[in-house]
Amino acid sequence: MTQSARANGVTAGRIDATQMQSNFSDLHEPYDVHEAVVAADRCYFCHDAPCMTACPTSIDIPLFIRQIATGTPEAAATTIFNQNILGGMCARVCPTETLCEEVCVRETAEGKPVEIGRLQRFATDTVMSKAHPFKRAATTGKTVAVVGAGPAGLACAHRVAMMGHDVVIFEARAKGGGLNEFGIAAYKSTNDFAQDELDWLLGIGGIEMRYGQSLGQDISLTGLQQDFDAVFLGMGLSAVNALSLDNEAAENVEDAVSFIGALRQADDLTKLPIGRRVVVIGGGMTAIDAGVQAKLLGAEEVTIVYRRGQNAMAASEFEQDLAQQKGVKLVCNASPVAIVADGRLTAATFAYTEVQDGTLVTLDETFTLPCDQLFKAIGQTLGDMPEALGLKGRKIAVDATQKTNVPGVWAGGDCASGGDDLTVTAVAEGRDAAMDIHATLMGAN
Amino acid sequence: MADLTSEFVGIKSPNPFWLASAPPTDKEYNVRRAFEAGWGGVVWKTLGAEGPPVVNVNGPRYGAIWGADRRLLGLNNIELITDRPLEVNLAEMTRVKKDYPDRALVASVMVPCEEQAWKEILPRIAETGCDGFELNFGCPHGMAERGMGSAVGQVPEYIEMVTRWCKETTSLPVIVKLTPNITNILQPAQAAKDGGADAVSLINTINSITSVNLDTMSPEPMIDGKGTHGGYCGPAVKPIALNMVAEIARSAGTAGIPISGIGGVTTWRDAAEFMALGAGNVQVCTAAMTYGFKIVQEMISGLSQWMDEQGHTSVQDIVGRAVPNVTDWQYLNLNHVTKARIDQDACIKCGRCYAACEDTSHQAISMSEDRVFEVQDDECVACNLCVNVCPVDNCITMETLSAGATDERTGKVVSDDYANWTTHPNNPGATAAE
Repeated sequence: MTQSARANGVTAGRIDATQMQSNFSDLHEPYDVHEAVVAADRCYFCHDAPCMTACPTSIDIPLFIRQIATGTPEAAATTIFNQNILGGMCARVCPTETLCEEVCVRETAEGKPVEIGRLQRFATDTVMSKAHPFKRAATTGKTVAVVGAGPAGLACAHRVAMMGHDVVIFEARAKGGGLNEFGIAAYKSTNDFAQDELDWLLGIGGIEMRYGQSLGQDISLTGLQQDFDAVFLGMGLSAVNALSLDNEAAENVEDAVSFIGALRQADDLTKLPIGRRVVVIGGGMTAIDAGVQAKLLGAEEVTIVYRRGQNAMAASEFEQDLAQQKGVKLVCNASPVAIVADGRLTAATFAYTEVQDGTLVTLDETFTLPCDQLFKAIGQTLGDMPEALGLKGRKIAVDATQKTNVPGVWAGGDCASGGDDLTVTAVAEGRDAAMDIHATLMGAN
Repeated sequence: MADLTSEFVGIKSPNPFWLASAPPTDKEYNVRRAFEAGWGGVVWKTLGAEGPPVVNVNGPRYGAIWGADRRLLGLNNIELITDRPLEVNLAEMTRVKKDYPDRALVASVMVPCEEQAWKEILPRIAETGCDGFELNFGCPHGMAERGMGSAVGQVPEYIEMVTRWCKETTSLPVIVKLTPNITNILQPAQAAKDGGADAVSLINTINSITSVNLDTMSPEPMIDGKGTHGGYCGPAVKPIALNMVAEIARSAGTAGIPISGIGGVTTWRDAAEFMALGAGNVQVCTAAMTYGFKIVQEMISGLSQWMDEQGHTSVQDIVGRAVPNVTDWQYLNLNHVTKARIDQDACIKCGRCYAACEDTSHQAISMSEDRVFEVQDDECVACNLCVNVCPVDNCITMETLSAGATDERTGKVVSDDYANWTTHPNNPGATAAE
């Protein structure tokens, strides 16, 4: 422990470098070969397997697990990448406990599913350092613009490039990866995996990266339509919901996504400032990622406050348990009513809530949590969009093949309607859009 | 607690668990440890003729196959008989028998197929105080190339001849160890009996290549790039051994000859099964080589518990109990009709029964959209494959249709009369039931 462990305010160096390294090590240790074979052997190779149905990218899970069990993890990786080119990242960040592993028949039977996520990581890690496993088809002379180098954009770009089209990815930031690089908890993607995966993915060839290209500022949809045969929009959600309370602009009141992004980009976590008492508002994965990482950075007290009941939290039970295991306190049925600040944040006041006749009602009874840092994790929204694009709710409207209302323009990932804001779903949408783009460009549609 | 003391061809031991003649019984050090661990007896590693001993390879002697988590399922062995001088072995046997008079100590012997050789060596070995002899006509590798081991065991006339020489020479019990590398186990068993053997022991190991190294294209175990067939043993061979034991126990010519059961005995249950099929005791090797001598404690406690539960007071009570129920296919009751039944509460919806039945059997299991699997009685032939592939114990069982019920597959009413193939109208050679 360093001197400032219990210092008030937002300050760096609450814990030493060794502890920090341990705190941010892999959440799930990778399997060694023997562990993987033993874990793979637990798979029953189910007929029409429920896990496969539960996977948004429909990976042939029993097949890839059997390929691991028989000593061919490279073939297993190909089975995975055929369906999900970001299978490496999905193996790390997928909430498997609510997808494939939730429906595993061994979960049903014993409450202990086949560890599909870890097995997928074992298979995909095996080939990450090897030659790219896919080959491009002969070039078609067609060009595709992809906006956003996140999971949806990358999945789309890889697939259309593989089909022989030439792709340019326009990325607003200076680095690719999207939420894989900026958005998820560091202990889920260690050793710069997002960038390694991006480099590996680009090994397919035919994809040009252009960074610092923001839609509406540096590039326009009409410009892209003129210059390319097809356009895919996968720029995610760039705006953040606000609490709409006084003092929201006070010092140390921050967006959780910005905090997580800064943490992911930090070279030295001991130099990253964190509050002594931290409050996170929200109930999704972002709230958990922010709360847990705040605790791991050395915050003494971290409280996640969610306005509804715990079973309504978007974060999975596994994530909730993880937070509590790390010492994060979960307070449910409480809604923020005041940010107490004196130029700088000092506390937050919440009112208890209750569901009355199906509606969430804020009660008069309140409590105040002293805090020196507050993270808002109450959702993200679409940034400014080209006017031509039709919206559905607060997202870009797309059909079942990811087509927008604008001919020649497809969209997928968090910015598009449908989906569930999961990496794996974004990959599926990017991939499916690519197949439809290909069919359209080749005249099949 | 059930009495586990065993008397096999007059040889007494505190329990029916002997260590087979094999690497674990090669020397005094091991055998003393085995007896301390609780083994009822040992068959000492096969002794050869006096003079320079055989030599073993200096590379791997064993190959293996594994199940999940590297559980050893089958072992293959190319080790020869003892490679230590005869006098050393005899001196050690003498000391061990003197210190453990209550344990069985049987000498395994393999010398060339010459009368003189057998008649000279047995009396010398008998001086150790051993309780009997086991003639090694079983080893399929190495020694067989020199006209011994399974090379003798594959020629019934040689078995009878050598057995007779031995019986003429010694008053101690003579057990003949049989090779399974033959087409009909009854012939060598009959030959042993005809030669005057007191018992047979089986099975010795099975010719095998455990695997092929696909990098070097060599069979395993590999010695300098080459491999040879070795003797296969361990849990994988048990079903083959059980059948051979049962055939000897139930066939008119050989029934009644004492049998020492060998082949993949790993637990008390395996031992009980061998004994139920007619073995008077069992010999163990691979299980000890895999887990060490301590496993005998589980075998003792398990057999004892089971015998108590069943009300068997002595080991002799269980020997051969299942033999009357081993029959020929032609005598199986064709009027016995069963159907698979799936316990929906126990079902975990993996669909393995469906895949097995739909792809490879009789399309007798239906699958609904919400993964409910149900047996279609009008297609189910009761093959039992679904039971065998189901990962859940007792989830799928076979229900016997009672007399008077209609078999929906055949449309026939189930009869409780016994009727077999010998009287079936489809059998061209059927004889009318009298």
